[in-house]
Amino acid sequence: MRWMRQTAAVTLMNLKSLPRRWGSALVAVVGFAGVVAVFVAVLSIAEGFEQVMGTVGSESTALVLRGGSDSEMSSGLTLEQTRIVKQAPGVRRESGEPVASAELFVIVDVPKRSTGTAANVPLRGVEPGAFLVRPEVEIVEGRRFREGRNEVIVGTAAASQFAGLELGNRLRWGEATWEVVGLFEAGGGVHESEIWTDARVLQPAYRRGATFQSVYTALESPESFQAFKDALTADPRLEVDVTRESEYLAAQSRVLRSLVGVLGNLIAALMAVGATFGALNTMYSAVAARGREIATLRALGFQGGPVVVSVLAESLFLALVGGLVGGALAWAAANGYQTATMNWQTFSQVAFSLRVTPALLVGGLGYALLMGLLGGLFPAVRAARLPVVSGLRQR
Amino acid sequence: MKYLPLLWRNLMRRKARTLFTFLSVAVAFFLFGLLMAVKNGFEAGIEIAGQDRLLTIHKVSIIQLLPLRYLEQIRAVPGVAAATHSTWFGGVYQDPKNFFPQIAVEPEELLDLYPEYIVPSEQRQRWVATRTGAIVGRKLAERFGWQVGDRIPIQPTFWRPQDGDGDTYEFDLVGLYEGATPDVDETQLFFHHDYLMERVGDMGQVGWYVVSVADPERADEVAQAIDGLFANSPAETKTTTEKAFMQGFAQQVGNTGALLMAIVAVVFFVILLIAGNTMAQAVRERTAEVGVLKTLGFTGPTVLGLVLGESLLLVGGAAGLGLILIWLAVPGLRPLVETFLPVFYVPARSLALGASLAVALGLASGGLPAWLAMRLEIVEALRRR
Repeated sequence: MRWMRQTAAVTLMNLKSLPRRWGSALVAVVGFAGVVAVFVAVLSIAEGFEQVMGTVGSESTALVLRGGSDSEMSSGLTLEQTRIVKQAPGVRRESGEPVASAELFVIVDVPKRSTGTAANVPLRGVEPGAFLVRPEVEIVEGRRFREGRNEVIVGTAAASQFAGLELGNRLRWGEATWEVVGLFEAGGGVHESEIWTDARVLQPAYRRGATFQSVYTALESPESFQAFKDALTADPRLEVDVTRESEYLAAQSRVLRSLVGVLGNLIAALMAVGATFGALNTMYSAVAARGREIATLRALGFQGGPVVVSVLAESLFLALVGGLVGGALAWAAANGYQTATMNWQTFSQVAFSLRVTPALLVGGLGYALLMGLLGGLFPAVRAARLPVVSGLRQR
Repeated sequence: MKYLPLLWRNLMRRKARTLFTFLSVAVAFFLFGLLMAVKNGFEAGIEIAGQDRLLTIHKVSIIQLLPLRYLEQIRAVPGVAAATHSTWFGGVYQDPKNFFPQIAVEPEELLDLYPEYIVPSEQRQRWVATRTGAIVGRKLAERFGWQVGDRIPIQPTFWRPQDGDGDTYEFDLVGLYEGATPDVDETQLFFHHDYLMERVGDMGQVGWYVVSVADPERADEVAQAIDGLFANSPAETKTTTEKAFMQGFAQQVGNTGALLMAIVAVVFFVILLIAGNTMAQAVRERTAEVGVLKTLGFTGPTVLGLVLGESLLLVGGAAGLGLILIWLAVPGLRPLVETFLPVFYVPARSLALGASLAVALGLASGGLPAWLAMRLEIVEALRRR
């Protein structure tokens, strides 16, 4: 109890004297804030990308590609094969018809708004079933494209990142002219970065004959996936890979996530080492400045423990302030910032917004407190070990 | 020079403080070197892109093929010195994780158009003569432990063989190329376009064209002339300089340069404060000594120089150590990043930039304390203890 009281008293006194040492305290705070801001901002890239890739991938949607192709881009299926896939067991049916969509996935050059340079925007040819397979797709402006017409609908993320995709615009790709007749949302998922049109119009425009690249099917339930997959794998007429859409998209975000994760953590770790040395300086000088005060306390009968705690508390307090400031800065600068990057698996653009999540902020604060702990520990021990007599003599 | 022992003694006065400042500055410059290596890796393609080379791609998108018959028409355009074609193969070696570019080309034309790919002449001759032959970059061969003479099996993704001779492409490794500068991508595999056509059946189509122009000043004119040839045809083209193409491609990945420079700015701001704080403390606690020095006849400017010299010594030494360490560490880090960044090293110009930043940081962090020390009155200094 006495120990607790002592600790509280010394810590309070210590924190109250902080304003006298504001210059060097500020250095430590800025150091912590810098590390946390960079850590949170860089990792918010991976969070935002993952959000887009992970939102719509449904457990009960299956994706069928040609065997050995790692993305829709390199896949190819004949009309006959897509028909067999749709008739497989496990596919959900509505009024007797399988809920499925055979699709084409190509890219088209559209200038990026921010730079004016050409970007590979995904252009997806779909069947009417696509809207049933993906109920999250919703027209927010205009209307759906009509079958057999050179009309497209554009995801809202694509419309905001790339130039010339406004409602009513006419786009000339190759020999045909396409009209933007609608804008759609897709629950914040990856399809919002895409342009959609009727697969049967896209086939001749990209010289694909009667072929497709993928079949998306709605399953009766997430559990019917295995039966569906087994049926297709056993079928001698097919040579296909079957995955859940959620797994397919998760695999695509893995590369970027690991790249950004490694880079962000490496940069933050190196910065943290530098900032910890800065904090050590601050805390050693704080202990030195208060040498006489600490010696007086010890002479009055205060124990070493409370002194250690008080120094640690000061450095943790600075770390907390730095962490909060850094997190706030990262949130203000990065959160919601819209951008687009290349999805290497499909060689096409994915638009996304940086996301500063609560988990990231907590992680950043944890980082700051760890630095504060390391930066305060040795100075705290030194403070407690300071010989009383020489401390009192110090001016 | 004669003041060096004095500077050293001053720094060693508080060993812990000097050491911590030294280490935090060293870490900052280590990080600076690392970020510059990453930035250079992203931009290397733009750096080496020949000003006299144009790329002609399908106007709708790069994934669409162009007719092979365009080649002769392009060669006939006035101002075109040479032209060749390339096709993206996009196959898989053992595992999709082992990504590297494989490109079907006309060997002799490629090596003539890209003098930065250096191949020993007898390997070049063997490649031209070997239909299934391929050459790879030196770094790629190191990555997979390939030797000249090896057979490299690659699984196609788009280009399924139609000749009934199995599903795999087997390439004979007949040579290695090295980059003329460190910015050249040494992780590609080039093979005969003829071999590809033989396996899939001649489709008379290619991925893109590379065109060299006689006069780089007239590159835009030539590009327009080429696109004009194919306007209103089923396969319209878009021709740009290789540099503009590479820049546009880098933009598709994102504004990595700005991101990395923002991080560098934060790092240096933090370090400036840490080093500046150290110098301010050092001078503050030596106020009386400055008074003594001045009493002994040291002039104000000399005192200014002494303080600046001390901060330059501290920051410069630390920066030097950090830059040397990252320069030594980068070759060890290369295998980790090779798939994303084929080119990864700390360029000499970044080391030079780091050195000038170190001087600027030393001057900035010592500047205010040095100025105050210079202005200090002797009486004031001796009284303030």
